[in-house]
Amino acid sequence: MGLFILRRSGVMILTALCLTFIVFFLTNLYPNLEKLAKTQGNFRMSDEAVESWLGSHGYMQPLPVKYGQWLGVMPGWTHVGEDGVTGRCLRGTVTAEEAAQSRKLCGILQGDWGYSTVFRDEVSGIIATRLGLTGKLMFWVLVLMVPSALLVGVLAGMREGSPLDRTLSTFSIVTTATPEYVSGVIFIAVFASSTVGLKWFKGTATSAMESANFENFFLPVLTIALYGMGYIARMTRASMTEVMTAQYIRTARLKGVSFRNIVMKHALRNALIAPFTVIMLQFPWLLNGVVIVETLFNYKGFGWTLVQAAGNNDIELLLAVSVVSVIVVLATQLISDIGYVYLNPRIRIS
Amino acid sequence: MDPLTTVEIIARVLYQFTPVWIALILLFAVSIAFKRRLGLYGKLFDSPIGMIGFALVMFWVFTGIFGALDLIITHDPLGQASGMKNKVPGTPLRGAEAGEYAWYLLGGDNLARDVFSRMVKGAWVVVQIAPMATVFAFMVGITLGLPAGYYGGRLDTFLSFLANLILAFPVILLFYLLVTPEIVNTGVPNYMAAVLFAFPIAFIAVLLNSRYHTRPKFRTPLMIGVLGVAIWLYLSLISSDGYLVDSATISIPALPRMLDLFDIPGGILVVFVSVVFVNSPTVFRIVRGLAMDIKTRDYVAAAQTRGEGPWYIMLWEILPNARGPLIVDFCLRIGYTTILLGTLGFFGLGLPPESPDWGSTINEGRKLLSIYLHPALPPALALLSMVLGLNLLADGLREESLKD
Repeated sequence: MGLFILRRSGVMILTALCLTFIVFFLTNLYPNLEKLAKTQGNFRMSDEAVESWLGSHGYMQPLPVKYGQWLGVMPGWTHVGEDGVTGRCLRGTVTAEEAAQSRKLCGILQGDWGYSTVFRDEVSGIIATRLGLTGKLMFWVLVLMVPSALLVGVLAGMREGSPLDRTLSTFSIVTTATPEYVSGVIFIAVFASSTVGLKWFKGTATSAMESANFENFFLPVLTIALYGMGYIARMTRASMTEVMTAQYIRTARLKGVSFRNIVMKHALRNALIAPFTVIMLQFPWLLNGVVIVETLFNYKGFGWTLVQAAGNNDIELLLAVSVVSVIVVLATQLISDIGYVYLNPRIRIS
Repeated sequence: MDPLTTVEIIARVLYQFTPVWIALILLFAVSIAFKRRLGLYGKLFDSPIGMIGFALVMFWVFTGIFGALDLIITHDPLGQASGMKNKVPGTPLRGAEAGEYAWYLLGGDNLARDVFSRMVKGAWVVVQIAPMATVFAFMVGITLGLPAGYYGGRLDTFLSFLANLILAFPVILLFYLLVTPEIVNTGVPNYMAAVLFAFPIAFIAVLLNSRYHTRPKFRTPLMIGVLGVAIWLYLSLISSDGYLVDSATISIPALPRMLDLFDIPGGILVVFVSVVFVNSPTVFRIVRGLAMDIKTRDYVAAAQTRGEGPWYIMLWEILPNARGPLIVDFCLRIGYTTILLGTLGFFGLGLPPESPDWGSTINEGRKLLSIYLHPALPPALALLSMVLGLNLLADGLREESLKD
């Protein structure tokens, strides 16, 4: 088990390295850098001005060197200008002596995530606040999604082919067929617009960043939860129907155990092993939904940050975003594998 | 002229769809009449869920095709009419000339364009891209997944690592990285197109060669003919204006313009490539899993004993026996691709901003959603019903293919 976790962690680090290198490569292509220079400097820069701006900000070095600096395995760049020294590890313009004294290595290995060009702030601070906000959103999504998905799945799979099963299965198919930007738009139209006039909820969740309440937070949570719910419910249903046809359920039924007890005591536990994996693997998908919903409801969390960073080619913020998301994706995969082994006695004991 | 009432709007919308209804009824009548001779497709008509799904899907397919032929739309989807900005459904067109349709059936959007016509045209964008992109993703996934599952070992480890790498990317980040105009200028999507579109050729070549290599006299002309056409199509697909990539710093010549059969508009090609790229790792994983399962069967052992080559076994023994799950996944994946296309439009990536595709229209409509509902709801419901149809179809197919 220890070896397994070690190997998976190794693969995880390798994946994160490859992935950030790809992001690094794509964001450092010259047209992207040119756009960055023009948005940071001014839009009427000549080609030479763009090059000198990029040179003085350390963007003109070879790609592996820049990547090494970002990682923190190579000394950060410095640039000697007319009024002092600027550099990766320096904040603002400093004198030559100060520059000589400051540290040489500053990459993510040293805990230095860089500086965001869009928000003009430390990346680590931005990521921490935004992740906190998204964490709040995800927490309520899980609170709403997991129990209702399991309930729908178990009720549907209890008696295969019954009218209840048909209704709930159709419901879960409809939810999987409704991407967030469709259901979100429909919810806002029905519950938040002045045309229909229900006005039960608010159409934006901006105010939920400080004080979340039912009125401003329920729609975004529901929108994300619904899309993921159908899939989990269908998996639970499949697992439940399989369990309900197993030998020991038939034995229990022939013994005269009541249907209620069969479901609650015999079937439920075994039926919930498979959905656990599915729920964990659903996280990367939720991340997608988070980006859409945060844009739609103007909730300034992690997904919103991703869109801002990607739209403005904010290189270091984008890299931090991809590091965080790859860790989320791979960590959930690892947890789902380990959890599966622990939950399933047939694998655990053998 | 008076505005239309709700009933009149519904009646007129249904009437506009007349060609679609006729085509649907014909298709269903023929299919049900001959359903016993049509294999799995015929069996679909035994399951009510499958039939509903198929009807929904074919409705949008016919809408797309007839919409592209200008049979359904009432106005130019890009044309703006004065005084029709954000007007509610059924508003009469001010100063309509003779021969012009006198109402905006589903209202006007914020640029005074007809919502109904845009929705119908949007179906064509989906019908054009989604199935083809899924086919390409399947070609890539099958060509790489079969050897990975069949041989296992290092090859499998390497390919699985690559697939997981792409899957670990947040899809939207990937889209932002691939589809922005700056990246398109560097030609990265063109290189990816050149690589991804080569897979179908490799697939066809191996497929035919593994089957007919024992009869060289038949195989050689067949391969020259089929591959010649395929490579020609491939080159016309990836080259535009005689170049594979033509930017300021680099230009790679490809097929000369006179031989170029068709040009894919730049935006569509980029969208197509990124959708294929995102979908193929998942297909790869499915095919790999199926190949690992099926390679332990007796008929594979029999073929190995007969001395068949590994590619023959993969493509003519394993692949046909994996078709059930693959067909079901194909339907689901077209739906997922439709959702991805909508996501791209929703973030304003790839397709031109005035494009009538559903994602872009929803994105435009959502900005005024609290006051005007009608520009955003029709494309949203259209996308919902199409994906729902594909999911129901996949469900019906799964049920029917499990029966035997």
